Amino acid sequence: MAMKAKHQRMTLVILALVAIVAAGLIAAWALRSQANYFYLPEQMSAEPPAVGQPVRLGGMVQPGSIATQADGITVDFIVTGNEDSSVPVTYSGILPDLFVEGSGVVAEGSLQSDGTFLATNLLAKHDENYVPRELEGLEGHDGNDDYAETVAGLE
Amino acid sequence: MHIYANPKRFLSLAKWLMPLLFWSGLVLSLGTLAWGLFVVPPDRLMGETVRILFIHVPAAWLGMGGWTGIALSSAALLIWKHPLAGIAARAIAMPGMVFCAICLATGSIWGRPTWGTWWEWDGRLTSMLVLLFLYGGYIALSNAAAREGGSVKIAAIFGLVGAINVPIINRSVVWWNSLHQPPSITAGNSSIEGVYFYPLLVGAFGFSLLFGGLVLMRMRALIAEQQVEARLRRRALDDEAPTVTPAMGAA
Repeated sequence: MAMKAKHQRMTLVILALVAIVAAGLIAAWALRSQANYFYLPEQMSAEPPAVGQPVRLGGMVQPGSIATQADGITVDFIVTGNEDSSVPVTYSGILPDLFVEGSGVVAEGSLQSDGTFLATNLLAKHDENYVPRELEGLEGHDGNDDYAETVAGLE
Repeated sequence: MHIYANPKRFLSLAKWLMPLLFWSGLVLSLGTLAWGLFVVPPDRLMGETVRILFIHVPAAWLGMGGWTGIALSSAALLIWKHPLAGIAARAIAMPGMVFCAICLATGSIWGRPTWGTWWEWDGRLTSMLVLLFLYGGYIALSNAAAREGGSVKIAAIFGLVGAINVPIINRSVVWWNSLHQPPSITAGNSSIEGVYFYPLLVGAFGFSLLFGGLVLMRMRALIAEQQVEARLRRRALDDEAPTVTPAMGAA
């Protein structure tokens, strides 16, 4: 008899766990687009936010695209995504230490009517590679090779 | 596991295992932290701040591992009514919460120089903060049950339900665009160079031993607390027994 009660409880706990996991997964699935911390350039071009609406744009800083304007504090650069999409960004202010060409960036700001993105704040994104300075550029240790696979955390 | 249903047998095991885990864990984790602070080379992008890795990552793993332990103990309590399971879950909660808080604090300190922000509401950061609140809720619930003599089942059910957050934390950086980078260590693959990776593994092992030692310490204290309470109750009953008057008995 004791065995039976134990098995009953086990079944109940397993059923409850399955229900909880299912509920959690459904909730996470429903959050898929809402819980994104930023839009990728392709997401922004597919469903452009209203001009002036505060959003975040995330992606890779295109190598060779960073240009400092004459005033010395305004920079223009291009953010690329997974596909052949890109958004030109303008930002005036102090750049984070990790803001370099070919690395991840999150820009807070809004889309302008001319299609450029005016950033009010820049956050640098780190990738999952940890490489000491001595090894940089040696035998495939250059993180930039890996950036392409890990664009902005999407597969 | 059932032979340890006898607290005496468990206590004799814990008596020698606890100092062993605690001291070896303390030596290993402090050693790794020192190694991380003074020996490893700076990262190519983050520079010196990479040294936070050796406390941030083990703390994150143990914060999540702690709740996994609470969930497993809660299941054992509900299914097999194992007498030590409830004590184990309560004992895990405090060190689990501390490690979770260490992970959040060190992550915030790390985020300022690397990302340019102390805190952002992205998927990983938010789900980890939710874990901290879950720990707080669990501790409040289980303490209330222990103090007021309520049902331990409520805390156990909370422990099981809260476990859904652990895979969400793990997957948050894959499912959603997040500021936090995707996992560096996946099954059989690591994008962390050996100079950081091997000390990190030693550190994680050391912190886990320390965690185990702290849990055993808390379990011994909780068992002792229960025994003291049981003894006090028995003595109170013995003292009262002869003085019970018919009037009091009727009341």
